[in-house]
Amino acid sequence: MNATVTGPTNVLIVGVGGQGVIMVSKILARLSQQQGLQVKQSEVHGMAKRGGSVFSHIRFGEEVWSPTIPMGEADVVLGLEWAEGLRWLRYLKPDSGTFISDTKRIVPPFSCRDRQHDAKHGYAHHTVADIVAQVPNTFAPDATGMAIELGNERVANTILLGVLSTVMDFPVKDWLKVLPEFVPAKTLETNLKAFKAGRAWTKKPHEPDLRQTTVQAQAGPLMRRQVSLEITEEWCKSCDICVKMCPERCLALDQRQIVKLVKPQACTGCRVCEWLCPDFAIAVHVEAVPAENISVVTATEVRV
Amino acid sequence: MSEVIEPRVSSNAPESLNIITQTGQGARPMTGNEAIARGVWEAGCRVAAAYPGTPSTEILENLAKYPSQDLHAQWSTNEKIALDVAYGASYGGVRAFCAMKHVGLNVAADALLTQAYIGVNGGMVLAVCDDPGIHSSQNEQDTRLFGKLANVPVLEPSDAQEALDYTRWAYELSEQFDTPIIVRSTTRIAHTRSPVVVGERQEFESQGFVERPENIALPTTARRRHPVVIERESLMETYFSESAKTQWIKGDTSVGIITAGMSYSYVREVLQGFSILKLPASFPLARDSVREFCDSVERVIVVEELEPFLETEIAAMGYKVEGKVFFPRAGELSPELVHEGFAKAGLLESRKIKSMLNFDELVRPPVLCSGCPHTGGYMALRALDARVAGDIGCYTLAAMQPLQAMDTCVSMGSSIGTAVGLAKAGNETRPIVATIGDSTFLHGGIPGLIDAVYNQANITVLLLNNSTTAMTGGQDHPGTGRTLRGDETHQVNYAEVCRAVGVKSLKEVDSYDLGVLYQAIREATEYKGVSVVIANRPCVLDPVKIKGPAFQIRAEGCTACQSCMNLGCPALSWSDEMLDGHHKIKIDETSCIGCTLCVQICPSDCIRPALELNPS
Repeated sequence: MNATVTGPTNVLIVGVGGQGVIMVSKILARLSQQQGLQVKQSEVHGMAKRGGSVFSHIRFGEEVWSPTIPMGEADVVLGLEWAEGLRWLRYLKPDSGTFISDTKRIVPPFSCRDRQHDAKHGYAHHTVADIVAQVPNTFAPDATGMAIELGNERVANTILLGVLSTVMDFPVKDWLKVLPEFVPAKTLETNLKAFKAGRAWTKKPHEPDLRQTTVQAQAGPLMRRQVSLEITEEWCKSCDICVKMCPERCLALDQRQIVKLVKPQACTGCRVCEWLCPDFAIAVHVEAVPAENISVVTATEVRV
Repeated sequence: MSEVIEPRVSSNAPESLNIITQTGQGARPMTGNEAIARGVWEAGCRVAAAYPGTPSTEILENLAKYPSQDLHAQWSTNEKIALDVAYGASYGGVRAFCAMKHVGLNVAADALLTQAYIGVNGGMVLAVCDDPGIHSSQNEQDTRLFGKLANVPVLEPSDAQEALDYTRWAYELSEQFDTPIIVRSTTRIAHTRSPVVVGERQEFESQGFVERPENIALPTTARRRHPVVIERESLMETYFSESAKTQWIKGDTSVGIITAGMSYSYVREVLQGFSILKLPASFPLARDSVREFCDSVERVIVVEELEPFLETEIAAMGYKVEGKVFFPRAGELSPELVHEGFAKAGLLESRKIKSMLNFDELVRPPVLCSGCPHTGGYMALRALDARVAGDIGCYTLAAMQPLQAMDTCVSMGSSIGTAVGLAKAGNETRPIVATIGDSTFLHGGIPGLIDAVYNQANITVLLLNNSTTAMTGGQDHPGTGRTLRGDETHQVNYAEVCRAVGVKSLKEVDSYDLGVLYQAIREATEYKGVSVVIANRPCVLDPVKIKGPAFQIRAEGCTACQSCMNLGCPALSWSDEMLDGHHKIKIDETSCIGCTLCVQICPSDCIRPALELNPS
């Protein structure tokens, strides 16, 4: 019942808002339309403009119905950013799909929100080698690095298009015909160079880019830190500076207008309050304690 | 109803359906929004109005690309005004148009439900774009229910070509049946590009204003009109049953699928061979076609996005019908979900997708841009520990980590009323602040401000003026001094508006001056009564992309305190260098625009202009 004899070709183009996902998809859509194929290109924008995840589905063939690519049916996933490429890998055809991604990393603020001691990046930890091991058809150039060498970081997308052109059936001359319609005239020369650089990159043998170091979770230290605040109440003159400047908002003035540690579990021991107090009323003590001795509340208040 | 007979398996089936027309001469790639705009222009529409709202925004933006002598296109202050403007033009005898997102119809509903009684002079079409899956909205209400409530027909195109064709058709229907018509689109139609064959513009002969009693909605006229509206419903049911756009795709009669709009594309994607009834309108229902179709098949399954609208209607006709038992009621449909639904129904094998890699996906929520002028205001509110009633706009993102400086958000313009209620509840110990953007303030905030002053509420209003409608991509509004077509016009002065409605405590500050901003909000919250702080700075993206000299962090001075990370600025991230177990910070110079907010926050004064640290 569900036999599609010649299904459409599916390409997913993904990246971060502002990277040019839509422009890259328009180029591919135009190219496929010029081959006389039916094309559907679907994107979602709005909030995505604000640095969020952006994706664009392109489907072309003799008959295309759904504008979105079903999971596990993408012939190519093209990532303009490493973690975004990885996010959509599950859309790739399990055995024959090609994964192309820039190794560029755009680390979102959300990945750097852990305030605990020895906190780890929340960014994707997989290296190119990890991915190549599981998806043999992986092309992961440092397109942004190559683009900077060409003198314009913005042509990274064109380098990736060059890589893409080696796995698609369209003649190279057609790619070169469509490209000028979409790039600014003054950057055309650099873009054409970038396109060729992308194609050339696939021809030379290369090790997977291992420069991208894995941020491995280290074995937990045997000793943990315990933070405590020593507040000399007599010296506190209620100026409020520490309360306003505490990055974790864990200080407050009590009913007597004396500073108090109200959220001890949020205190990271950064010492901003100690440094900024004009009256030396706060001292931060950080000591190493055997891990098993640490209670859930890691910081305690010491009154003198 | 037209019958379409297709080969059982679509092997080499170039003849089938619309492929020929779509790849034929003159086809050009268009989004659903571009196609609707084209349809409106081709239909000879003279007046179009809208308030921007994802995913409908580009319809008016595209209409403004057509010559101004062909049609007047305008941004209105809100959806109700936009609909009133369009309806005024229809009263005047010309074809008129109005576009909005689904929740915009809530604002415009007051007008629409009565317009349905009044009828039209020039054809009147509304494009309402739903957002199943809530890509960029606050809910996923189903406009088809509104159509039924308002007794206004709802057309459902399934791709860009139909978006154009149905829009033109809607004008004919509007005039023939004396009713406004809703063309219901969804995010997926609005933002999908597919080839469209376009036509020429046909000028509509206006007969000018026609004086008729039903023009004036009064109890007497409305009582007379209601039966007419009910009769119109049944006339249109017959019309849709006879229309060639109601398509019966012949196939296996063991199961018949009834569907409309985008769901039709998903059905065609995953299922071959069964009978399909494609409805061009979900309301009024083409009952005769549905009856004939249901009688011809052994089992009826309805595939529709969001509410079981068709399913309920068809069940009420006495047929045993399945639908939401297989397909989710919440969220957007997809080929995967439709496939799984048919698998549950026993029509297909369930697809188990072999997972290639098993890892947690990176969480990348949308963020305020680097240098966003909203950031400073919320940083100050965070420090003041205020109870913040938020509103709709980019700044709603301040509710997320790390700023987390917003407590409520409901609908356009709700913030001020919500703050009044919080204040009148009488049990809040923290200062109560309503935050609202400039475009939202003009849309629905001003009546709230008048209410606050009138009822002597003890609240502060922080008006975040970035001189654009930022969230939807930077549209002009009455506060920018420019119209949709870019012509200069009067610019609303917010301070004058506030004073005129009786605000006594008013201060205008620079959004980038954290100390002054903090002080202004602190003083405002201590004022007894309604106080307003207007924070001014243009959006960094629109209308002009702002890029100043970037800053850098002097790593040896950074104490890794993470104060700057509380801004949530996307240009700031952890460097590999650690101090005392915490990451030091680095600035991505390509995305830093030099707003200096982090510089003002840094307790160790180690953030400096990049040029100063690296003069080369």
